[in-house]
Amino acid sequence: MTFLLQHLNYVAVIILMMLGLFVTFAGGNLIKRMIGLAIFQTSTGLFFISLGKVQGGTAAITISPTSPEAKALAAQIDPATLAQTGVNGVVYSNPLPHVLILTAIVVGVATLAVGLAIAVRIREAYGSVEAADIAARDRVPLPGQPAEPLV
Amino acid sequence: MIFDPNLTLNFILLAMLVIVAGFVAATRSLLAAIILMSVYSLVSAIWLVVMDAVDVAFTEAVVGAGVSTIILLGAILLTRGEVQKPKLSKLIFPAIAAVISGGLLIYAAMDLPGFGDPASPANAYVGHSYLVSTPGDIGAPNVVTAVLASYRGFDTLGETVVVFAAGIGVAILLGFGERAATAAPQPLDPTGDHNVVLRVAARLLIPLIALFAFYVQFHGDLGPGGGFQAGVILSVAVILHALVFGLRETMRALKPGFVRAVAALGVLLYAGVGIVCLTNGGTFLDYDFLFDRDTEDAIPSGLLGDPDAIHHWGQHFGIFFIELGVLFTVAATMVTIFYAFAGRAPDAQKEAR
Repeated sequence: MTFLLQHLNYVAVIILMMLGLFVTFAGGNLIKRMIGLAIFQTSTGLFFISLGKVQGGTAAITISPTSPEAKALAAQIDPATLAQTGVNGVVYSNPLPHVLILTAIVVGVATLAVGLAIAVRIREAYGSVEAADIAARDRVPLPGQPAEPLV
Repeated sequence: MIFDPNLTLNFILLAMLVIVAGFVAATRSLLAAIILMSVYSLVSAIWLVVMDAVDVAFTEAVVGAGVSTIILLGAILLTRGEVQKPKLSKLIFPAIAAVISGGLLIYAAMDLPGFGDPASPANAYVGHSYLVSTPGDIGAPNVVTAVLASYRGFDTLGETVVVFAAGIGVAILLGFGERAATAAPQPLDPTGDHNVVLRVAARLLIPLIALFAFYVQFHGDLGPGGGFQAGVILSVAVILHALVFGLRETMRALKPGFVRAVAALGVLLYAGVGIVCLTNGGTFLDYDFLFDRDTEDAIPSGLLGDPDAIHHWGQHFGIFFIELGVLFTVAATMVTIFYAFAGRAPDAQKEAR
């Protein structure tokens, strides 16, 4: 039971990843694919953050060990663990995954915008953002005339 | 097993995320999918607070629930159309691929250290050492900002450049929104003005949003926040103005050329701090060399209130300047991206007629 509870987070994150992957692969619509990619990307972030959580820890903003907040936190944790994993008598969660994911989110929205901009140009050139329509227009030129040039 | 409210909340929120993502996958309406993505981001922001990742939660809330929703809405305005009903046979292979890769990952995840384990390799060595050495090395209470801006400042410079480059990419693909600036103004609605409440509320909100952005910016080393979050919040103030008063008005107040210059200035400021450190004998972005000895001694020790506290002036001002560079680049890039998408709209409307 404890083993299951300890690994349930990873399973949930992987289910999110599977949903993102499925939408990215199956969605014929380019915008829908970008949304799937966004879910995929967040799932990676959630996985990193899950790994960085420390039982009984607090956000990685250093507080004085004599402050009432620090004492209230310390009261919830077994003193042996506190001595081993705490910094100055306070247990913090791992800040490193937070740094990586924070910047990844902002970079993610910027790259999402680039992807969407390409989708907009595809719409203007092909008249559709459905992958099937685009492939069909690429393959068969309209009867009696050469394939339309890209704008 | 003791009842842990945080753990229970964690599972409830994760279940909500899976359900929302499931509906995003199932819906054929793009508008519904985008609004659900906004909900997804908001729920994951709450989950991140439970996970102690307050800085990330902040970013996810402003980026995921705010700006990316607006950009996605702008994109469906320009592309239009529903998702076609997919053939069932076309869904089988993606489903198999997702299930196989997911199954393999779940199999591998069983070997991972347990959730919340303080002794896991990730938490015990590198993460712990940053927590131990930050007060002595940097002096900033927020360890996330210290790692982001100082220890790994070079990474963050790379990320700022990526954001800048993405802004240029969007501008090259969609233009700078100059079509909106030259397009004929929208005719007034003959039935009267329906947006009085919106305009009055926006006039009140925009200064407050901008003020909040600066608060987030300058408290980044004390609490959750920093250049990335503040930049996105600041751009939201501009975007709100454009949504309520029209893009033409916003572009008159904040010229696209000026915005582009600010985006470039941010990267320049960031890299410039690194160069100053180099010329003073340090390595690139080693803020301890930002000031030479005499300048550092000349800074009054009571500048930030407590005169007795030990101050790392180089680190303090280094982080201040590079966060300012991040603010400039992120805010200006988000506004550029918005201008590009929104400025394309007059064409789409013309086409629709």
